[in-house]
Amino acid sequence: MSMTKLRVRRTGLVAIAGAVALSLVGAACGSSSKSGGATTTAGGATTTAAPSDLKATLNASGATFPQAFYQEAITAFTAKNKGVTINYAGGGSGKGRKDLADQLVDWAGSDGVIKDVDLPTFKGGEVLYFPTVVAPITVSYNLSGVKDLKLSADTIAKIYQKQITSWDDAAIKADNTGATLPATPIVVAVRSDSSGTTENFTKFLDAAAGASGSGVWTLKSGSTVTWPAGVQAGNGNPGVAQIVKSTAGAIGYVDLSDAKATGLSFAMVKNKAGTFIAPTVAGATAAAEKATIAPNLTYFAGWAEGDLAYPIAAQTWILAYAKQTDKAKGEALKAFLTYVLTDGQALAGSVDFGKLPAGLEKQAIDQLAKLQIPA
Amino acid sequence: MASMQFSLRSKGGHADRAFAGLALAAGSLVLVILGLIAITTGRSSVEVLQDMGAQFFTSDVWSVPDQFFGSLALIYGTILTSIIALMFAVPVSLGIALFVTQVAPIRLRTPIVYVMDLLAVIPSVVFGLWGVLVLAPNITGLYKAIADAVEPIPVLNSIFGPEANGKSFFTAGLILAIMITPIITSISREVIDTTPPGEREAALALGATRWEMIRGSVLPHSSAGLVGAVMLGLGRAMGETIAAALVIGSSQQISSNVFASGDSMPAIIANQWGEADSLHRSALICLGLTLFVFTIIVNMAANAVVTRSERRSQGAV
Repeated sequence: MSMTKLRVRRTGLVAIAGAVALSLVGAACGSSSKSGGATTTAGGATTTAAPSDLKATLNASGATFPQAFYQEAITAFTAKNKGVTINYAGGGSGKGRKDLADQLVDWAGSDGVIKDVDLPTFKGGEVLYFPTVVAPITVSYNLSGVKDLKLSADTIAKIYQKQITSWDDAAIKADNTGATLPATPIVVAVRSDSSGTTENFTKFLDAAAGASGSGVWTLKSGSTVTWPAGVQAGNGNPGVAQIVKSTAGAIGYVDLSDAKATGLSFAMVKNKAGTFIAPTVAGATAAAEKATIAPNLTYFAGWAEGDLAYPIAAQTWILAYAKQTDKAKGEALKAFLTYVLTDGQALAGSVDFGKLPAGLEKQAIDQLAKLQIPA
Repeated sequence: MASMQFSLRSKGGHADRAFAGLALAAGSLVLVILGLIAITTGRSSVEVLQDMGAQFFTSDVWSVPDQFFGSLALIYGTILTSIIALMFAVPVSLGIALFVTQVAPIRLRTPIVYVMDLLAVIPSVVFGLWGVLVLAPNITGLYKAIADAVEPIPVLNSIFGPEANGKSFFTAGLILAIMITPIITSISREVIDTTPPGEREAALALGATRWEMIRGSVLPHSSAGLVGAVMLGLGRAMGETIAAALVIGSSQQISSNVFASGDSMPAIIANQWGEADSLHRSALICLGLTLFVFTIIVNMAANAVVTRSERRSQGAV
């Protein structure tokens, strides 16, 4: 009697142990499939290109701003190079830089440059900047009946500092001679999360209307700034686009692809040459063409010279260590970067990114020679 | 028979030892993980504490462009949203718990308990999305109406101010209230169920109404346990991240106006982590550590209260 009872109990224990083991295996599988969630596998159709012998898995994380372009490029590249898998996990520029510093990833996407104080934390030594694409940031608005709104940097700065609170303000009228503007109160939409889009938008305002210019803009620049009270905050570009879409009188800074996808109207912005210009990928490329490029290929594309330059342009880089430690990975990385900087540039327009201007593209391709790959 | 039992016992002893070892390992793993979290977050916090000193806790200015980080506005936001959440969640939760245990017919009990437990397993991002897409845009009108109504009344007009935003302390508090209601309800229900039936029946036999019975015998018996349930709900509300991050408005300010946008400790970590560098990163980690200490204090207080109530109820029987 006691024995049967005990046997039952022990079988029960075995069953529990089995269940625990199974759940552990399940958890392990779950986590591994999650980390591979961003895996981009090649499409079914094979291209005519000769099969390559590259074989490596490249892990990457960082900026979400160019993620749509990188996914396109990765899909096209891995279709030609079946042995290569590239995982781009996003997460933000800061996360990408930190992951690269800790050598958790093989390359990182970043909209900003590494701060000098953080340079010693990069365990792999010298980091190379490869510019990839540029894109315009729109100033989108929701104002029924008003088409082709024109805004200057000073006016945008005053709107975002809540010094202008109504659409029929004299400053907005001065930018739009002859247009009828309603007395609708302005609802200012900003990002609730810190982002490269905010950084480049505020950098533009700081350069165009900051202390060195008219002095109107006092909030400086950063991935997040201290907005005045009463602004509406949305998560990500889609979050800001949604606020603009659903709120009469709203204004928000949104990247071009999300503004288009949401069907927003966007303003023409006065550039450094004094021309009001609509946000286009060509305008962003024109801005990058006139930007001052540092020897390490860092630059700011916004507020550039040139009649055709759209003034709120955002640049982005792929960051990688000059000294590669793994032959297969190094070769795959070099091939991928070569693809992004040459044939891949043609993909940029389809996802509303501007390609690099010819001069910068050549400088970036020349820099590929700095990648040291172990023999 | 005797020898058989002996051999069985020795086998059992073996299994017992293995089980004890396994349980000990699992138990100490929790402590090790907790210790490691404290050490790594503590080490990463040193940078901002050295740079900011006590100002990290006394300043309400959180400025990324100036690399100046004071957490007071975020601590304020965390506490304010938690208080708002408790003000709504506690009466509703206690009401549900009393209804289920004292008033509802047996047939209704199971479905109500089932639905409450279901509410507890909805992921917080779902509440957050509902808050940001449905609640926030539609509630602004109500906020404005309340602000207009109390406009001439002093004190109230600064609490319910005119600068009304759908994404605010108040909206975040409401979403948190919905999220902590299931946990407070289910613990309260169990605490109330521990009231000895004898005491309730005695009260009813003396001619007490149902409400007098609840007030006279159920509530005094379970009050400490109910406080514990509320404290556990508070711990959950303070640490809630994604739902708060979506609806609180991300404006780092101390405002007496509950309809204004604010920010809380977990929300700002979720929102700003992705782009944080050096000192900014350290400041966010230090916020996490501060929150960690806050929740530990709340949970320890809750445990102490619950333990005391259990001891007292055992003594009463």
